Amino acid sequence: MSSRIVGQVKRVNGPVIEAMGVSDARMLELVRVGESGLIGEIIKLSGSGATVQVYEDTTGVAPRDAIYGSGLPLSLELGPGLIGTIYDGIQRPLERLLELSGRFIERGIHAEALDRKRLWSFLPESGLSIGTELEPGAILGRVQESSSIEHRVCVPPDMGGTLSFLAPAGDYRVDEHIATLDGPDGARQLTMIQRWPIRSPRPVLGRRPLTIPLITGQRVIDTLFPLAKGGTVAIPGGFGTGKTMTQHAIAKWCDTDIIVYIGCGERGNEMTDVLNEFPKLIDPRSGKSLMERTILIANTSNMPVSAREASVYTGVTLAEYYRDQGYHVAVMADSTSRWAEALRELSGRMEEMPAEEGFPAYLPTRIAEFYERAGYVDTLSGLEGSVSIIGAVSPPGGDFSEPVTQHTKRFVRCFWGLDRQLANARHYPAISWLDSYSEYLEDLKPWWEERVGGEWAQAREEIMGLLQKEVRLLQVVKLVGPDALPDSQRFVIELCSLFKNAFLQQSAFDDVDRYSTIEKQLRMLLIITLYWRRGQAAIKRGVTLVKLKRVKAVQEIVKMKFTVPNDAVEDFDRLAARLERGIDQLEAIYA
Amino acid sequence: MPEANEALARGEARRRLMSGREYVGASRIDGPLVFVRNTHPVGYRELVECVDAEGKARLGMVLDTSDEVVVVQVFEGTDGLTMPGTKTRFRGKSLTLGVSERMLGRVFDGLGRPLDGGPAPIADTDMDVNGRPINPTAREYPRDFIQTGISSIDGMNTLIRGQKLPIFSGNGLPHNELAAQIARQAKLRGGATDFAVVFAAMGVKHDVARFFTRSFEEAGALDNVALFLSLADAPSIERIITPRSALTLAEHLAYDKGLHVLVVMTDMSNYCESLREISTLRGEIPSRKGYPGYLYSDLAELYERSGMIRGVKGSITQLPILTMPNDDISHPIPDLTGYITEGQIVFEREMHGRGIYPPVAGLPSLSRLMKDGIGEGMTREDHPHLASQLFAAYSYVKDVRNLASVIGEEELTPLDHQYMEFGEFFERKFVSQGKSEDRGIEQTLDLGWEALKLLPAEELHRVSEEELNAYYHGDRDQ
Repeated sequence: MSSRIVGQVKRVNGPVIEAMGVSDARMLELVRVGESGLIGEIIKLSGSGATVQVYEDTTGVAPRDAIYGSGLPLSLELGPGLIGTIYDGIQRPLERLLELSGRFIERGIHAEALDRKRLWSFLPESGLSIGTELEPGAILGRVQESSSIEHRVCVPPDMGGTLSFLAPAGDYRVDEHIATLDGPDGARQLTMIQRWPIRSPRPVLGRRPLTIPLITGQRVIDTLFPLAKGGTVAIPGGFGTGKTMTQHAIAKWCDTDIIVYIGCGERGNEMTDVLNEFPKLIDPRSGKSLMERTILIANTSNMPVSAREASVYTGVTLAEYYRDQGYHVAVMADSTSRWAEALRELSGRMEEMPAEEGFPAYLPTRIAEFYERAGYVDTLSGLEGSVSIIGAVSPPGGDFSEPVTQHTKRFVRCFWGLDRQLANARHYPAISWLDSYSEYLEDLKPWWEERVGGEWAQAREEIMGLLQKEVRLLQVVKLVGPDALPDSQRFVIELCSLFKNAFLQQSAFDDVDRYSTIEKQLRMLLIITLYWRRGQAAIKRGVTLVKLKRVKAVQEIVKMKFTVPNDAVEDFDRLAARLERGIDQLEAIYA
Repeated sequence: MPEANEALARGEARRRLMSGREYVGASRIDGPLVFVRNTHPVGYRELVECVDAEGKARLGMVLDTSDEVVVVQVFEGTDGLTMPGTKTRFRGKSLTLGVSERMLGRVFDGLGRPLDGGPAPIADTDMDVNGRPINPTAREYPRDFIQTGISSIDGMNTLIRGQKLPIFSGNGLPHNELAAQIARQAKLRGGATDFAVVFAAMGVKHDVARFFTRSFEEAGALDNVALFLSLADAPSIERIITPRSALTLAEHLAYDKGLHVLVVMTDMSNYCESLREISTLRGEIPSRKGYPGYLYSDLAELYERSGMIRGVKGSITQLPILTMPNDDISHPIPDLTGYITEGQIVFEREMHGRGIYPPVAGLPSLSRLMKDGIGEGMTREDHPHLASQLFAAYSYVKDVRNLASVIGEEELTPLDHQYMEFGEFFERKFVSQGKSEDRGIEQTLDLGWEALKLLPAEELHRVSEEELNAYYHGDRDQ
């Protein structure tokens, strides 16, 4: 523990401590409080006083307790060994804490984020030699961190100089000396660890437009409301509407290289579920276990509230670190409302003037700062990488007009609104096709056209149009009953209900259905629009809706998501042929 | 610098020694809060004894501590305390509860002192009532099915050992009956015993407490039950500590003694009201409806003290009961609870009015842990699809009923009529059952199929062919 005393406790109010006699402390400096050395951060300085936000339970802290300074802002340890680890909100490895303090998290325990004993096989970057001029962020060497991730050890972004030593290939611990850079302020020894303050975005060369979709394997998302790599999306929904289920499904099947999953103020059992399930699931792209590409941050609802505030920054900083190595990273924040509430609680304890519903006036600024850390960038190392942020929002009472949802909507470009009614009918994912939107649609169109041709956009528009039409028709049905509508209009309702059952609903528990490739999604969509066009024509020719529904191929469409696996999309040709034949036969009877 | 350090360390050590010191006089008494000035440095959440003029000690806890003034929340109320006559002792440690297995079969107040006239049980160990967060990596994911014998729960919203599943009820609805029925009937398949019930009553009426005691008595289970009662006429502040005492005992029984503990907490709305009372007195900035901004974190501290731990035999299953003010599910108490707990059993007044017991609303009720605890090897292989199909069909029934209320029942299509019949059967035969009727899971699932047989097979999209053959067509042929 640092011996530099920067002040004394004056008042303790929950996680907020007022300090006195403060002379030599910096804003956002990491401090330790009292004998047990609780971790805290200086968040306000005024005269000889300061306000400290403590990341652990403050029971027993008393006035006059000493506050020790560290001279550093709250920073993360970045290096090999992050992947597959579960951390708390301030990057303490929970498995290590379990060894140290047992099943309950005791206060004041410390553990290094990266395992100091483990050896990593380091391979220096070819082409580097003594005397090479290295820019900040340049790659020094490589380490196989997990079976799916090759860790690229880079020069820290705030450093550069002439290489005067580079370790030869071999096994090293993370804190061993692997390179020396001679810079303007002398020689700097580098290890595989670098530190970065969680509240500052890591620098990049430049940002790129977002033109590549982030494929999640979830049909309602990829087909109707796609997200771009480097984009931001909010998933708001009341309790029980499936926010966490949706986040889990995306974390499992999306096509990014790395997932950072932040459980921010949520249930302990949900994190356990992830810990149990992810190692067993196989990433369909790499064929490796999902845990080999996942970092978990668990700050459950009963863990200290200020660490909850820090956890989202911890998560996004880890994501930026891997982005800088040229990876595509998705950050899942579940839930950003708990983070906002932590801000509110701390702000209340500091007796700040509240704005809406007790939230501090700087809430929108913080939300904006967080989401702006997403992006598709050119990294300092000369590679391309992205950070996409998928934030769950838990609006009180499921009411989207509350401040967190409203401010979040201002700063994200994609919105997947979860609908209580759909969830009640156990229609999952309960993403409403009426409330949701994606501003990336136009930006991503060229990518789809290049991959699959213009059919995608056309079919999507057709089906969205029908869904809108259905709403109007259902209003009529509510007043006069379905029998009053002609078959041509009842067919719209029929088709939409088929589309919802056969396409939008997706079972996370079914081995075939839980993930759909874009090829499968497109083929499914095309079969449904084929049915729409052929059915419409048939009804015009006098075929009744009842007869049309009984066509055997139509029944098969309902179950195609379960019966046609991702690698057998040619089955859809046969299904389409059977559908055409069935309708041909019907038409022949009525002709 | 090192000298300064040593000086400080010495200062802290001295402070611990001062814990026996007594301060006479309070500077302000406001509701349950006592303000004491000019004390030695007192720790946050430290245990406090306030002694009144008659020499009776009341327990309290430090809520806010600073150089100038210490705010103490007195659990047993402040009536009778005088400003000059109040003596305050800071105990230098946090509030603990002496716990042991011998507490089963006894009745305590909110602070764990016997109310049944018996002597205080000898404690095996002292535990901090505030608990400590369980390390998420130490948790075992709950997946053992608990059979409650109640179809609407077992079939549709399955309770899992280690789950926290609240009952969202309203005034005048039979939540107490249901909680008591669950406590009496709950069992594991395969019949492992080693169970205990810890019951925490916050601000409930005397007759409600008596109802629970009698109900446990009749079941012959009283020896396995520990009751913590803070009744409606006890100081409201005691309610803050009651669930914490109960959960502390539950943790001891579950994690040290290997028992499977069911914790029934009623009524969480009263608990939250006490919290609001304190918050308002302290002049804190309120968030929704005057409740403090930390209500979510505070409730989470209670609800998250449930679950299972790797390598430990016992478990804590929580069944909190709350009455929704004005039956409003979006009220902050049910709302925040629903965000923390693993599902909810929601009561519907309209069903109660029609004489359906338990009046469990079909659609808003949910058990999040159900998915991993049912199906082959746990309940029966058709259970997941059957439950999903029943939900889907019942959801459609609601639509049809709305339609019928506009256009009249006669105008409905024949299929919609079938759905109406299904809805009626589902509510009257499947959901509805006797207050001591204990249905096996097989019986529950068969009843579910019975209901589905009122619908044509083409309507059943969510069950597989095989299940249809085995349970839908199969039985019909016989």
